[in-house]
Amino acid sequence: MSEANVFTQAQLNWQPWLPPLPESELTDRHWAGLVDPSRAKSPYFMLLARDPDILGARTRTDKDIFYNPTAGLPRAERELSAAATSRLNGCIYCASVHSRFATQFSKRGADVERLLAEGVGVDLDARWNAVIAASVALTETPIQFTTADIESLRATGMDDLSISDAIHGAAFFNWANRLMLSLGEAQAEDSRHLTKS
Amino acid sequence: MSAVDVIDHLVGIVPGSHLAGLRAQRVQARDNAQASYLSLFQPDDPRGFSLLERFAVAVFVAALHQQPAIAAFYGEALAAQPGGATLAPTIAAEAARGVTHGPYGHFPAGPLSVEDTDGMVFTPGTAAGPKLAAALAHAHMLVFHPRDAAAEHLRALEAAGWTVDAIVTLSQLVAFLSFQIRVIVGLRALAAAPALEAC
Repeated sequence: MSEANVFTQAQLNWQPWLPPLPESELTDRHWAGLVDPSRAKSPYFMLLARDPDILGARTRTDKDIFYNPTAGLPRAERELSAAATSRLNGCIYCASVHSRFATQFSKRGADVERLLAEGVGVDLDARWNAVIAASVALTETPIQFTTADIESLRATGMDDLSISDAIHGAAFFNWANRLMLSLGEAQAEDSRHLTKS
Repeated sequence: MSAVDVIDHLVGIVPGSHLAGLRAQRVQARDNAQASYLSLFQPDDPRGFSLLERFAVAVFVAALHQQPAIAAFYGEALAAQPGGATLAPTIAAEAARGVTHGPYGHFPAGPLSVEDTDGMVFTPGTAAGPKLAAALAHAHMLVFHPRDAAAEHLRALEAAGWTVDAIVTLSQLVAFLSFQIRVIVGLRALAAAPALEAC
């Protein structure tokens, strides 16, 4: 295992730089913060469980933005906003997870791979370009997102709930990227992930 | 629960409006963004990260984003804390010194090294005291160049008096604000660009 140094759709691991809570120390409040009991197996969530209230609220926010199936932006494009945001911020771990999801839901693995390889300036199609450009504008600091981005998204046929979903997808990954990048590091299982295939 | 939803307040969303209707279709996201705010800024137990420090970091982060209304919102809460009014000018001056453009930073050495971009590494002054100054340095990195984060930065926080639990909360607070500020700016743009088909 060594630190991952290239964007990939392959499975990576995440190694914390601070000690996660041991499972034996979990109280009811910690279990509530984890939301899904299976997350007690994840060093990331067990580290965040040190503040269970914000972890629980964060997790419920995440689930509604990405998993709520009612109307709005298709899941593939919510995942695209997450992947593009992670690509720009430089979160190799988040980009790996959400590029896989983007591929799974869009069946456009080659386009997703180009986003990872070429970066957020990649030219895919009008709709994906608009989602990526909106994610970039929202991710820059100071934020560059304006009504022109709204018009670009609307021009691809999106309704306002879809546009709101795209905004929330990119905004949420500005939260997630900063946690994953600053509390630990992505690790590749073997050398296959260390260089471009 | 606080009666005022902070995102609604700072976007200017009123009940019955188009934007209120959109947010009602993602009610868990709306309510848990607010629950996140409350858990960070009205905690049951501040656990080594005082309310004064929390609001000071929030003002700093909002000011680094050049969002004056959001900085004023957190600034009002900072001023209401004991010692907050005295601290506020220091935080404002530190933020003014720290303003730059992100994201920049370095990747782990390898093929991505060609994308490495240098930028400001913020060195806080001494006026905020060593513990809060360490938090401002960390917050500046998280706002503008999070991919430069390294284990040694967490050791620096520990050396300045931050416990492991408080480092997790500090990281959540800066990361949450990075989300909240972007939702506010994004929804403001959506509110300002009325749909053409609305007739």
